[in-house]
Amino acid sequence: MTITKRSRIIVFSLSFLVWVALTSISDWQEVILGLIVALVVSLLAGQFLITTEKSKHPVRRLFLAIIYFFKFLWEMIKANLHVAYIVINPALPIRPGIVKIKTNLTKDSALTVLTNSITLTPGTLTVDINPESREIYIHCIEVTSTDVGENTREIGGRFEGLIAEVFE
Amino acid sequence: MIREILGMVFILIGITFDFLGVLGLVRLPDVYNRLQAATKCVTFGSAGILFGVFLQQGFNNFGFKVLVGILFIFLTSPVAAHTIARAAHRSGIKLTAETVVDQYQEDHELKD
Repeated sequence: MTITKRSRIIVFSLSFLVWVALTSISDWQEVILGLIVALVVSLLAGQFLITTEKSKHPVRRLFLAIIYFFKFLWEMIKANLHVAYIVINPALPIRPGIVKIKTNLTKDSALTVLTNSITLTPGTLTVDINPESREIYIHCIEVTSTDVGENTREIGGRFEGLIAEVFE
Repeated sequence: MIREILGMVFILIGITFDFLGVLGLVRLPDVYNRLQAATKCVTFGSAGILFGVFLQQGFNNFGFKVLVGILFIFLTSPVAAHTIARAAHRSGIKLTAETVVDQYQEDHELKD
């Protein structure tokens, strides 16, 4: 089975499951309409979900993804308290600026997850990404250093290892 | 009973963070800093409110829709923030005077 076909089948099953959960089936017509919608979705956009073979074991990847989710949740709570503290403080203690970090990730999906995580965590917001040189530009609300290596460890390093395990 | 109280607590936390996000939107100096407040606090706040609603509703039809809503907020809000920040920078909107460093500007000047 080709990768595209497998990807389409997975998208079909997922979208049908979401349909069932959203409508809480009470009639056979809803099932048929759900199947049609899932089919259209999987034909239109099914090939984008899985694009390459994964080398690691799926159960291991799922386990790591769950660990990643909780780590991310924790970082996000910290981020919110940090921004809340800055906003409440009458002196408004900010040192804003845009810094650059490097990343070793290559897959589009991995990069998307990394940049979204960076945006949702402490005082950082992804502005742009340069795929050729693998650099991410990040707006920081409190810049601590202008050194690329140090910022890479500080901002990207928290997630990069886990994301590489799950998505590459 | 306990579920309703827990739901209320989450909704209150959510409203608090939404309020702080809006306060940040008013107080912080430029587009980029305001986006920080808008994405973090408002994402977390809205997710908190939705999660509180989910706790009150339980695992039924309505509760599941709320969970899907949380997922979509988490996926879309950072992307929107990134797009706005990038567009603002490209169309030449200046960073605030307190800005310490702008390595994005430096690299793009080198290319041009």
